[in-house]
Amino acid sequence: MSGNVPRPLAQTISALSTAALASAVGQAVARALDRGALAFLAMVAALAVLVVVLSLAVPADSQFYLSSYFVSLWGKYLCFALLALSIDLIWGFCGILSLGHGAFFALGGYAMGMYLMRQIGTRGVYAHPILPDFMVFLNWPELPVYWYGFADFRYAAFMVLFVPGLLAFVFGWFAFRSRVTGVYLSIITQALTFALMLGFFRNNFGFGGNNGLTDFKDILGFNVQAPGTRAALFAASAVALMIGFIICRVVVSSKFGKVLVAIRDAEARTRFLGYRVEAYKTLVFTLSACMAGVAGALYVPQVGIINPSEFSPANSIEAVIWVAVGGRGTLTGAVIGAVLVNYAKTQFTSGILAPYWLFVLGGLFVAVTLLLPRGIVGTLQHWSQEWRQRGRNTPESERVREAAVRAAE
Amino acid sequence: MRAVAGRFVAVMLALGLIASTVTGARADPYADALAAFTADSFDQTIEGINGVAASGNPLAATVIAALQDGRLLFSAQSRRVFIRDRLDQLLDAATGQAAAGPLPDDLAPVRLNNRLRRIVEAALGSLTLMAPDPGKRLEAAQAVFKSKDANALPALDQAIAGETDPRVKQALVEARAAVVLYLDNASDAEKIAAIGVIRERADQDALALLGGLPITAAPAVAKAAADAIASIQSNLAVWDALQNAWYGLSLGSVLLLAAIGLAITFGVMGVINMAHGEMVMLGAYTTFVVQEVIRARNPSWFDYSLAIAIPLAFAVSGFIGILIERGIIRFLYGRPLETLLATWGLSLILQQAVRTAFGPTNKDVGTPSWMSGSFDLGQMTITYNRLWIIVFTLLIFLGLLAILRFTRFGLEMRAVTQNRAMAASMGIKTSRIDALTFGLGSGIAGLAGVALSQIDNVSPNLGQGYIIDSFMVVVFGGVGNLWGTLVGAFTLGIANKFLEPYAGAVLGKIAILVLIILFIQKRPRGLFALRGRAVEA
Repeated sequence: MSGNVPRPLAQTISALSTAALASAVGQAVARALDRGALAFLAMVAALAVLVVVLSLAVPADSQFYLSSYFVSLWGKYLCFALLALSIDLIWGFCGILSLGHGAFFALGGYAMGMYLMRQIGTRGVYAHPILPDFMVFLNWPELPVYWYGFADFRYAAFMVLFVPGLLAFVFGWFAFRSRVTGVYLSIITQALTFALMLGFFRNNFGFGGNNGLTDFKDILGFNVQAPGTRAALFAASAVALMIGFIICRVVVSSKFGKVLVAIRDAEARTRFLGYRVEAYKTLVFTLSACMAGVAGALYVPQVGIINPSEFSPANSIEAVIWVAVGGRGTLTGAVIGAVLVNYAKTQFTSGILAPYWLFVLGGLFVAVTLLLPRGIVGTLQHWSQEWRQRGRNTPESERVREAAVRAAE
Repeated sequence: MRAVAGRFVAVMLALGLIASTVTGARADPYADALAAFTADSFDQTIEGINGVAASGNPLAATVIAALQDGRLLFSAQSRRVFIRDRLDQLLDAATGQAAAGPLPDDLAPVRLNNRLRRIVEAALGSLTLMAPDPGKRLEAAQAVFKSKDANALPALDQAIAGETDPRVKQALVEARAAVVLYLDNASDAEKIAAIGVIRERADQDALALLGGLPITAAPAVAKAAADAIASIQSNLAVWDALQNAWYGLSLGSVLLLAAIGLAITFGVMGVINMAHGEMVMLGAYTTFVVQEVIRARNPSWFDYSLAIAIPLAFAVSGFIGILIERGIIRFLYGRPLETLLATWGLSLILQQAVRTAFGPTNKDVGTPSWMSGSFDLGQMTITYNRLWIIVFTLLIFLGLLAILRFTRFGLEMRAVTQNRAMAASMGIKTSRIDALTFGLGSGIAGLAGVALSQIDNVSPNLGQGYIIDSFMVVVFGGVGNLWGTLVGAFTLGIANKFLEPYAGAVLGKIAILVLIILFIQKRPRGLFALRGRAVEA
């Protein structure tokens, strides 16, 4: 049938459908970006521009100058923010508490690290044109098959999304299909990242053992240490965070997102209404894992190393507390929480207070769950809502809303 | 039998006579051999060793032992040899009496190299074959078995004839077989008989002995050896499996100890206590503190330190558990994920608190005498501490079963596990049950800490190493039924130890994790799941 359609008509149809798709996407994005979201995006963009300008265009003796240490430190925070965002998407909106999201982050990081290793070429300690240093050191005769292709940035970028996504899909398919939920799922995700950590610690896995991948030289032909590259990586992190934020907003403000919230609040009921709960969960889990992978990929060139300790379960749980501090189910809160907690961590662990950081972190876990269950942003939103509704409030609506909030928790 | 023995003795006597006539023919072989030590050449020293060993002089063993320890001194000028005894006194090696007269001033120890050390060991082995202490004789027989020293053959024959201890005799016969097997001039029949003896021994050493047989051996001997190797190997495989099963039981008991407290709190309250590992750690540190106090005040009580630590560890961990429940967890009921995070935070705080108080390094927790050492069961080695831990674990398990089955608290606990709302309606104070359950679970974790302090490093990270494994046990075994935890722990322990030889420790662990993930596909609520509508709520 379609073969008989005249060519111009086919083109018109495809042009029309492209236009329709574009406008549909445009509408979805427009719906997703309310005033708060736009303000947040503007802030991130402004921060990115400011940091890039202050680190590159301002002379080094000026008091406004930002050192490249500062730039990569904040770039690291932005990567953590993207990781927190990916956790908030599944935990805040779908009730999946993953204690193994660090695994996806680290896998993305390893994919990027492998690309960076291949870029070293003959500048390594052993000056081998193909094999990375650690393989020469461990007497590997040739490059393992799974390292093929990583010299190409496009392939590596694809793997950054594909590997975490595939793992999340397979894992989610198994876990959600058999209705593993709640704490069981949390524990299993923790076991997943623990197993990966044990594996990556082994030398014969071919990922550098416990030293991991390091000593990077170039990314896309630019020196990773150069201030320009650091600023560019910072900007890329900011852009990735903005794109991640927009994707999350689009997802949660769509009908798909409403179903996710329904699953979070009453999974059995949603299933009985005819929704394929496991399909929704697997999809959002995979999306979230891809975002975490991107965060890891941007993290690695900025800190200059990736090693198996990134897989440690403690890291993943720490990422969850960023979300809890900022406010679960708020997206902006996840970003703010990640930056706040990590800023505090840097301040604490670099000074004389270093031994007390774990007390603070532990206390944060307890205090936030007990005293601030909505998180910072969630609490602020709650207050402003209350304040706005005070005038036209009726006791009835108040009670309904309270019940809804309680159900959501 | 007696006739054979009699003839044997006769032959030995004849041999002895020949030997004595041979020695008699020379002036004094012992003195000649001693003189060889003064030449300061390795080859001469070898002659000296063999000469002394063959001389039959009662001082021979002392001289060779002194040589081994570097206490044999010689003077090249006066051609005399001295032994420095353990009291730093110089004895004349020729007489065994304290050295008389002025000492030569060029005394130097007789030097050894690795080749000589082996010869010394072999010589010492054959010399101590007739020592009065059966333990020494056994050791000597083992040494000869390893060295296959042909020179020891006459001494062996003599020792076998005179031996009364059946264990030592067995060892001697085996040692003789080993020597005969490697003897160039023994007949094939003798060698095959020797292989038969070694085949009965059936351990790793026997395998090494047979495997090392030169390829020049006669076909009949080679065939007998190959048969024996095959038989020993299949025998060893069985023992290997048994040993692995034992290790697995041991690991399983440790897992059970760590997981059982977790299982009851999770079963009753639906709460995952991430600080459970830290309760274990506190129990281990309690043991450490108890031992420190005993060491400082009354060292003679050291053997009772664990008995004192057990109730204290239960009390410390249980008390802290109740504090945690009253202070934090009860505000978070119905929010299991938040509980998980809060208790994780607690675990960080507890770890850091212990690190601040005791320092980050491993603490030395001693083992009481009744728990140290090991014994052999066939080809298996069983250490007492592992054995006691298994016994201890089973006692705790049975105790817990009894509490659940026969006490009012246990009854109420089971009721709350099965249906909290209904139990509350029947007048059970569920919040009191929660606090007590949490205390009990934490207390048992403390007991686990006492046991683990005996086999693991006591450091602030002690608990973290067990937490994921014990979760796996709970997930695998299912909640609400202690038997599930028992079966889960021992299954995982044994599976782990059987996978280890094939996959290595790390890959074995990964394989177990993957298997569990696949397993909960089939049974999401574990092996022994509670049935009924209430559970789904």
